[in-house]
Amino acid sequence: MAEAAKDRSMALQKEMIARHFDRLEAAPDTGEKVVYTFVPGNLTELILSFGALPVLPEINALQSGMRGRSREYIAEAEKAGHSEDVCTYVKCDIGMLKTGNIGPTGTRLPKPDLLLLSYTGCFTFMKWFELLREEYDCPVVFFHVPYQGEGRMTPEHRDYMVRQLREQVIPALERVTGRAYDETRLRALLQRSRAAEDDLVAVLHAARNVPSPLDSYFGAVYYVGPIFSSFRGTEEAGSYYRELRSEIEARAKAGLGPVTPDGPLERERYRLVVEGPPNWTHFREFWKLFHEEGAVVVASTYSKVGGTYDFGFRHDPDDPLGTLADYCAGCYTNLNLPSRVQMLCDYIRDYRADGFVVNSVKSCNSFSAGQLVMLREVEKRSGVPGAFIESDLVDPRYFSAANIKNRLESYFQMIDARRAQRGAP
Amino acid sequence: MPSQRTDIVDWAAGVCDDLSFGAARDWVAAAPGRRACGFLPVYAPREIVRAAGMIPVGVWGGGDRVEIIRGDAAYQSYICHLPRSVVELAETGRLDFLAAMLFPSTCDVIRNLSGIWRLTRPHVYVRYLDVPQVVEPSTGGAFWEGELRTLHRELAELAQVPVDAQRLRAAIAEYNDARRLIRDLYALRREAPWQVPTEELYLLMRAGEAVPVDVFAAKARAYLEAAASDGRRPRDRARVVVAGAFCEQPPLGLVKTLEQAGCYIVDDDFLLGNRFIEGDVSLDGDPWAALARAFTTQTVRTSILFEPDPMGKRELMAMRAKAARAEGVVFAAPSFCDPALLDRPMLKDGAEAAGIPTLSFRYAENTGQFQQFREQAGTFSDSIKLWGGV
Repeated sequence: MAEAAKDRSMALQKEMIARHFDRLEAAPDTGEKVVYTFVPGNLTELILSFGALPVLPEINALQSGMRGRSREYIAEAEKAGHSEDVCTYVKCDIGMLKTGNIGPTGTRLPKPDLLLLSYTGCFTFMKWFELLREEYDCPVVFFHVPYQGEGRMTPEHRDYMVRQLREQVIPALERVTGRAYDETRLRALLQRSRAAEDDLVAVLHAARNVPSPLDSYFGAVYYVGPIFSSFRGTEEAGSYYRELRSEIEARAKAGLGPVTPDGPLERERYRLVVEGPPNWTHFREFWKLFHEEGAVVVASTYSKVGGTYDFGFRHDPDDPLGTLADYCAGCYTNLNLPSRVQMLCDYIRDYRADGFVVNSVKSCNSFSAGQLVMLREVEKRSGVPGAFIESDLVDPRYFSAANIKNRLESYFQMIDARRAQRGAP
Repeated sequence: MPSQRTDIVDWAAGVCDDLSFGAARDWVAAAPGRRACGFLPVYAPREIVRAAGMIPVGVWGGGDRVEIIRGDAAYQSYICHLPRSVVELAETGRLDFLAAMLFPSTCDVIRNLSGIWRLTRPHVYVRYLDVPQVVEPSTGGAFWEGELRTLHRELAELAQVPVDAQRLRAAIAEYNDARRLIRDLYALRREAPWQVPTEELYLLMRAGEAVPVDVFAAKARAYLEAAASDGRRPRDRARVVVAGAFCEQPPLGLVKTLEQAGCYIVDDDFLLGNRFIEGDVSLDGDPWAALARAFTTQTVRTSILFEPDPMGKRELMAMRAKAARAEGVVFAAPSFCDPALLDRPMLKDGAEAAGIPTLSFRYAENTGQFQQFREQAGTFSDSIKLWGGV
């Protein structure tokens, strides 16, 4: 397989991740405290304000999938009694733990000092940390983020979250780290987050250009990496997003398309919106099924699981706990189905998409349950037909390139036929 | 000549067989202005619905008695069966009498079904019930009390009745009575399972989900009296807890099969919402606060709530088995059920560490072949009776 083409920002991100995992491996010796938490509703700035290191188990699982390790990890977990029906992120994480806990960069992951269960948009998170608690002798602090079932967050919900932060989460972090809550420090981190979020949104909005200078699904999963994980609020995340923005803006100015693993895309033929997470075990192959047809994803919902910044949210240093509550409540999977449908329709309109594709993953009921109804509703509201493909997050047994290719090819032919009917090029 | 007990069981079976919810429809039709409010598994505050002048109706799926056509168009093959049959019931008009639908935070599938309802039935009042996962009074308690007040206000508005604390207290009293009867029925089955076959108990409980609470209480009371005086003979069967069937329900044939294969079910999770709150809810003081306090301090330990005790999962099955004097645990979970299946390794390890034999399988509400379950349960029962479960 040819070496993937890389931007400078990708190299920067790789260095950041390597440094972070080195610190994690050394944590038992340096005494740095380690907090496991989840991507949606992550409280990274708060964790960092206590000088602790975040670990995101979903990121480790998806990295294991990309590195071809998830099959054995899942098998290990199933051998230990975990059902084949449940989330493969969980089984991948547990299998990794049971086989030595070697993380994505090849370094050993430390045990958590605290499991910060940010219960945001996914039921499985609760079970995941109950399961990890069985493996690690460490406390769990529960942070309940109310689901936006009514399509909005009420002041009472916000107050509930802020009180939990003040009365449960912060005291738990204080106990574990031995440090007092430092709001000044938190504000400084949030200020830096805000700047990085501006840069990220500029990047995502650049996909409104024709051709789009980025792929907002396959490319964006890299772009959102730092801000969705351990780096939001850090200087290095700020540098990364400034660099990324300048790269994307330069490509847009030059009228260039996105960079794919096989090099720059020469001709944009189809502009798509994608709903649902990608498959990680065959990520490059999956992406290729799109880019070899000239299909570019101009907007995706998966790149909003760790925050819906492109709809205006920014962390507010003047209201540090309130803004963390707002952030958590607004993560994509914490939104109800009508809100998700509306977001897809907005993307189709604002990014001038030719179509939309739902990638339904077996593992994730939070995403997948209801997607067939969403598909029909988006088609009805937008007048744009959608495509439905199926795979899994990190279980390679559920990825069939031939099936997906067939469906996508048929879908692209249908888009061509519609264009021909309209007399469009 | 049919006994009173047979009459009650026949009545319950008739209510359960009626997938159009005739009993609830009759109640609605009996007086002008009456409305019905459906709720999905597992827990909904029925007292609030009752106090708002509506009949709460448990929507526990179509079981094995409805052909799924439109429901399958809404869900991929790897989603559990319950939402398919609920969609099917709705699409075939069987739920069109429900003016409101409540979707508790049981799992992401039921959560997202609330969104499907919003998209496809904009004329129905829909509310997602995000039960608190933290039990501290100042956070979880205050949050849930606020949610209950909002729900009550909105349902009362829909039903065009005033929000009335006294009415809510009266509803709490009625449900306290129903819960006491359920506890008594479960206690009688625990003491003498031959007197209360689970098939009968299940039908009675299931019927209770679709009739007014006072009707259920009268039937439950009569059944208790009849069952207690009925001189059936005990048989040499293994006493088991059936765990994991708290949402999508097993077909009745599967319940019968377990008992016919040599097990006495002495504790279970079936229709758990009707006894989700353990003990009485206080009738003193503010009733919304009392309901909220009951939720944060008196709920059953279940897979759909966070377990704050680090040893809680490991100890739960041993505690339940001990309380029910059970000799084994049957983990019966619906296929693709996240709460039950993610919990199972922890619960199973805990049971086996305590020396309690276990049996695990998955089902769907429309499972039609029971032979494999008969063989598994028969072997399990034999192993307990003959070799102490080894």
